[in-house]
Amino acid sequence: MLRLELRPEPSRLMMFASPMLAALAMLLTGSILFSFLGQDPLQGFYVYFIKPATTLYGIGELLLKATPLTLCGVGLALGFRANVWNIGADGQLTMGAIAGGCVALYFQDVDSAWILPLMILAGALGGMAWAAIPALLRTRFNTSEILVSLMLVYVAYLYLSYLVHGPLRDPDGFNFPQSKMFADAALLPILVEGLRTNAAFLVALLLTVGAWFFSTRTFAGYRMQVSGMAPAAAVYAGFSEQRNVWLAFMISGAMAGMAGVGEVAGPIGQLQPSVSPGYGFAAIIVAYVGRLHPVGVLLAALLMSLLYIGGESAQMEMQLPSAITGLFQGMLLFYLLAADLFIHYRFKPAHSSATRATPVSRGEIAS
Amino acid sequence: MKRRNFFALTTLAAASLLAFSTPLRAAEPLKVGFVYVGPIGDAGWTYAHDQGRLALEKALGAQVKTTYVESVPEGADSERVIRKLATEGNKLIFTTSFGYMNPTEKVAKAFPNVIFEHATGYKTAKNMGNYEARFYEGAYLLGVVAGKMTKKNSLGIVASFPIPEVLRNINAFTLGAQSVNPAIKTKVIWVNSWYDPAKERQAAETMIAQGVDVLGQNTDSPATLQVAQEKGIYAFGWDSDMVKFAPKSHLTANTLDWSNHYIETAKAVIAGTWKPKETRGGLKEGWIKMSPLNAAVSADATKAFEAKKKAMIEGSFTPFQGPIKDQTGAIKVAAGATMPLKELMSMNFYVEGVEGSIPK
Repeated sequence: MLRLELRPEPSRLMMFASPMLAALAMLLTGSILFSFLGQDPLQGFYVYFIKPATTLYGIGELLLKATPLTLCGVGLALGFRANVWNIGADGQLTMGAIAGGCVALYFQDVDSAWILPLMILAGALGGMAWAAIPALLRTRFNTSEILVSLMLVYVAYLYLSYLVHGPLRDPDGFNFPQSKMFADAALLPILVEGLRTNAAFLVALLLTVGAWFFSTRTFAGYRMQVSGMAPAAAVYAGFSEQRNVWLAFMISGAMAGMAGVGEVAGPIGQLQPSVSPGYGFAAIIVAYVGRLHPVGVLLAALLMSLLYIGGESAQMEMQLPSAITGLFQGMLLFYLLAADLFIHYRFKPAHSSATRATPVSRGEIAS
Repeated sequence: MKRRNFFALTTLAAASLLAFSTPLRAAEPLKVGFVYVGPIGDAGWTYAHDQGRLALEKALGAQVKTTYVESVPEGADSERVIRKLATEGNKLIFTTSFGYMNPTEKVAKAFPNVIFEHATGYKTAKNMGNYEARFYEGAYLLGVVAGKMTKKNSLGIVASFPIPEVLRNINAFTLGAQSVNPAIKTKVIWVNSWYDPAKERQAAETMIAQGVDVLGQNTDSPATLQVAQEKGIYAFGWDSDMVKFAPKSHLTANTLDWSNHYIETAKAVIAGTWKPKETRGGLKEGWIKMSPLNAAVSADATKAFEAKKKAMIEGSFTPFQGPIKDQTGAIKVAAGATMPLKELMSMNFYVEGVEGSIPK
């Protein structure tokens, strides 16, 4: 019999190596999977992980898809570090898209340079307003922010659906549920001619740097880190838990909201019944694979984006089922969690231990 | 890989040179791409499209080479997938869901030499046509059977999204039932999804509890039928034959067969005669097929069903011919008239006999 025992000191090196290990294990299992599906593993590997990035357009698409993942992921990571669990980024993204979209549709006939900044601001506020609900309930009534933020995702979806079926429906659109296409002034500028990557990517980069600065160079960021790593010490130091909850939700809400604007004012160009294929949820994986560090999150978002796009090319060229994308994403998180478990715990033969091993009951999985 | 690309390029160049110099030589197979909104699975909307793709491969053999991408979300991703199919050398691309309309239009502009066919939308371009089945014809026939088989005069529909296509089906179903049984009423529950077995099941159970004894659906999963079978009432298959999920309850199914359209379109593209147009097909064109009637369907109902089916195939009858009243009793289509295509395409009302109101 083997038991798990808490390590006295988790290895810092391994903490940063574990995403690499997880990715490696995912690739290994993936190639076994490819051979079971009757494909040459090397060819599968090439089509899945290399080919999408071999053209300029492909790279543009990777960056485009990584943008909302980065925005949501960086915001979530700040909160997760402080043990504040915002699971509802997809809802905040949707509300941001609605707020930004309303601005675009209201100023349909205005051709002015301030429309886009106004849309981004509206999007951030929309996301924050939606994030304020779980923050308020948590700080006032100690309600679980995990449940509240998650449930509100579906409310946001339904609200968007109501709007495009009703008040915001395109009057010339044969009663199909979609808004008018946004005017050119309400579309984010494209960075490179011929690609779809737009200015939202630059915003994401800027905010990633900003988030790094916030968490390592400001006192508010420091307070949040301490609260996450040592809650008792934080209380002793007089750091307010409520302030952390609010900060975490406001930052992640604003960033998710901006991600929503990036989608509707970017590749979509209108409001439609669904604006996100679950970026807010995928961002949770992204945040953890990125070790809750802004730069790590950016890299993880690129990897995640590659997993999505690689799945498409695997379908096209090797006729593999679409479920393979979900499989790869799931494997990545699974191996990461497994690796993290062994960073914090180690096996110990049960009979030789004088003190009983600590059961796995710690809430947090990563640092 | 550079070298491989180089060889690919030179062979491509050589091939195109050959193609230009000797136009009569047997050409490369036509590459045809398909974009699906759901997983293919073994029933429903995407399954029916994939059956059409397989029929195309079977009919044209080495003349075509098909590729598909399934479960493509209707947001920002679809444009990339459509574009990728075009870049990979597909010369004919079918995009099979309404939400792909604007992305298809965008990619069509960028690839003037590729032909695009979009299902269930309303836009066309120089190299983009659209196609849609008159699915309400089948829905009407289901209504005829339902109107005859109901004992409580209460029908129900598990509906997906309140868009014109689905409203046409609900209305046609109700009109069909009223044609044989003026007393019937139709209840509708919206599940806001094309495929959500749990919600579909719940909606079906709710309506049965409210006294509905024949259920229709405009969703993709067999959940409604399975509930019907458990509760001992009747229901219908949708998009594809679903009899295996509920052999006792499955009265018939309104099924789609895209084979004709896919084969004809590919032939036209190969022959160089393709023109952008809005293609519509129904019972007559073989786009809609009714599954065999269940043994439980009475002789009386069978007769009414066959008569209406024949009339629609002959063209002497269409479900939306007057007199048709809306819920308020106002005349929507006068007696002797048929509904104009534009109104049909943008339908946004319930006919008399449907209960509740369209969600806004």
